[in-house]
Amino acid sequence: MYRYNDFDTAFLAERNAQFRAQVARRIDGSLTEDEFRPLRLMNGLYLQLHAYMLRVAIPYGTLRSAQMRQLAMIADKWDKGYGHFTTRQNIQYNWPKLPDVPDILDALAEVELHAIQTSGNTIRNVTADHFAGAAADEIADPRPVAELLRQWSTDHPEFQFLPRKFKFAVTGSPNDRAVTRAHDIGVRMIRNAAGEPGYEVLVGGGLGRTPMIGKVIRDFLPKEDLLPYMEAIVSVYNTLGRRDNKYKARIKITVHENGIDTMREKVEARFAEIRPLFTGVDQQMLAGIEAQFAPPAFRNAPVTAYDEARKADPVFRAWADTNLALHRAEGYAIVTVSLKKHGDTPGDATSDQMRLLADLAEKYGHDELRISHEQNVILPHVHRSDLPAIHAALKAADLATANVGLISDIIACPGMDYCALATARSIPVAQEIAQRFEDLKLEHDIGPLKLKISGCINACGHHHVGHIGILGLDRAGVENYQITLGGDGTEEASLGERTGPGFAYDEITDAIERIVRAYLDLREDEDETFLMAYRRVGADPFKAALYPEDKAAKKEKAEAHA
Amino acid sequence: MPRTFTPKVVTANALLEGDVVYLTEDDRWTRNLSEAELITDEAIAEVRLLDASRRQSEIVGAYLVDMVAGDNGPEPTHFREDFRRTGPSNYFHGKQVEDLSRT
Ligand code: SF4
Repeated sequence: MYRYNDFDTAFLAERNAQFRAQVARRIDGSLTEDEFRPLRLMNGLYLQLHAYMLRVAIPYGTLRSAQMRQLAMIADKWDKGYGHFTTRQNIQYNWPKLPDVPDILDALAEVELHAIQTSGNTIRNVTADHFAGAAADEIADPRPVAELLRQWSTDHPEFQFLPRKFKFAVTGSPNDRAVTRAHDIGVRMIRNAAGEPGYEVLVGGGLGRTPMIGKVIRDFLPKEDLLPYMEAIVSVYNTLGRRDNKYKARIKITVHENGIDTMREKVEARFAEIRPLFTGVDQQMLAGIEAQFAPPAFRNAPVTAYDEARKADPVFRAWADTNLALHRAEGYAIVTVSLKKHGDTPGDATSDQMRLLADLAEKYGHDELRISHEQNVILPHVHRSDLPAIHAALKAADLATANVGLISDIIACPGMDYCALATARSIPVAQEIAQRFEDLKLEHDIGPLKLKISGCINACGHHHVGHIGILGLDRAGVENYQITLGGDGTEEASLGERTGPGFAYDEITDAIERIVRAYLDLREDEDETFLMAYRRVGADPFKAALYPEDKAAKKEKAEAHA
Repeated sequence: MPRTFTPKVVTANALLEGDVVYLTEDDRWTRNLSEAELITDEAIAEVRLLDASRRQSEIVGAYLVDMVAGDNGPEPTHFREDFRRTGPSNYFHGKQVEDLSRT
């Protein structure tokens, strides 16, 4: 894993000292809120409904156990004993007090973490496949590239005041777990026909008010051209992006309005200009970073303990079947620890849970943890023989829910329980739906199904790419929930389609159950997932299940005319 | 016909704690909505907001919010303000557990 060098450490210390002085000046009255607001946002400090919120970047979702322990310490000392992991692989603290924030930032710096550029119109935390360096299907570990992008974009003088925020995602695997097609720039590590490593570059994806799937701007970018090409894209956007209208300011609109071909021409022209300025230092740095991400020393040991536990313990088996993924090393597995216990808040972990996860990573997992955009925690490198012990420890900490990839593994943004921009709540909707399917004992029958909830049009809960998406709105002063179906965040990305009128807060869980029951009735067999079935039959059968009274009314009308 | 004016309360977030506060008639910031001043005159509401907004060393982001008179002081007309005066619905945190007598 990447470790800070002297430059990083000194930079962060200086930034934190600056912010400490700014907070002091705000508190003593020498700065107004208008003056202070941009400064606090540059340091990840928001003001939400009930309190301040500090958003801490977890670069490409990777943590060492010491970092996780420090996050737990901060939760205990300055917050309410828990943290919320977000869809951008960050952690948010919901209750910090302004005078404490400089101390929190110093505590973060002790473990090489910070909150810089987690807000504002800058390049945000670079996200990556949460199975990076571990997945069996991976071409290359995307994290060195993500780290290079992080270093390049942090405090980049040209890109501190972009038209709007800007998000990168990187994947090193053909199976896209990083939702690269819904990012401002998606980088996919590939190999060309000659077998040389390079990148496919996607641009102009994004969710929010005007959801768009990213388009290919370069189908093969040689490895050494990465930074100049990224700089060319952001620089073209910086000039062309609309600053006159906040809703048209993201690069997805720039690409949409100018067309991908014009965009490509301009980017290539800018690229030709700046390419000579990149003398290869960036590639030396990348090589240095790559060395720091060398795979751990995997051990070669029998997996009998695992096989025996599978045979003996059906609870363990159920967990192993849903929560493990294929690892590239023989005898190893990737463990996804679900933060979606039925009825709990998606993505929240208590400080005790964080400490336990840190202990497990240290003892069994080569000291590595990941945060997924699906708001779970990953132990990326676990030998199968250690799984029974890990499962037992997780169970004792309420962390052994066997639901990864199932309907209760819900992505939910904070919604109106915390977020100042929300138009409706998302968390209690997620809690109720998860609990409903747990009570029905149906979710393992249903199989893979991604349900995602956002509390407003900004779509932090990725509802557009949920197989089932829920968007909370304010309709004439009442919470109302719109449903979309058929979204997909993978390499075959597609946007969900709206079913029709929304549902009230106390109707939405029933509505979701009707959709799921319709699917169970119409699927060809158990191997046909919800998404496959939706793609085969379209929206109509689901609409019929959702709006039975519509059907009845139509029939009545038809009969009246007969 | 003059349009009817929905009564207002001046609300903001406290500078240090970030939690929700309301302006009282005697110019204190209270955590307790029932102590807030319910302003029924539009012109007065605007002036109260202007004066409150100047108290930069105490609060952040003052605004006027619709309220109606209830048995126990002002009552929100919108669910957002209901959450603001209560706290989140997923945990027993925030205003619903705090001692609202401190001002
Ligand atoms: S989607 Fe809306 S409500 Fe949810 S976190 Fe984002 S801005 Fe807030």
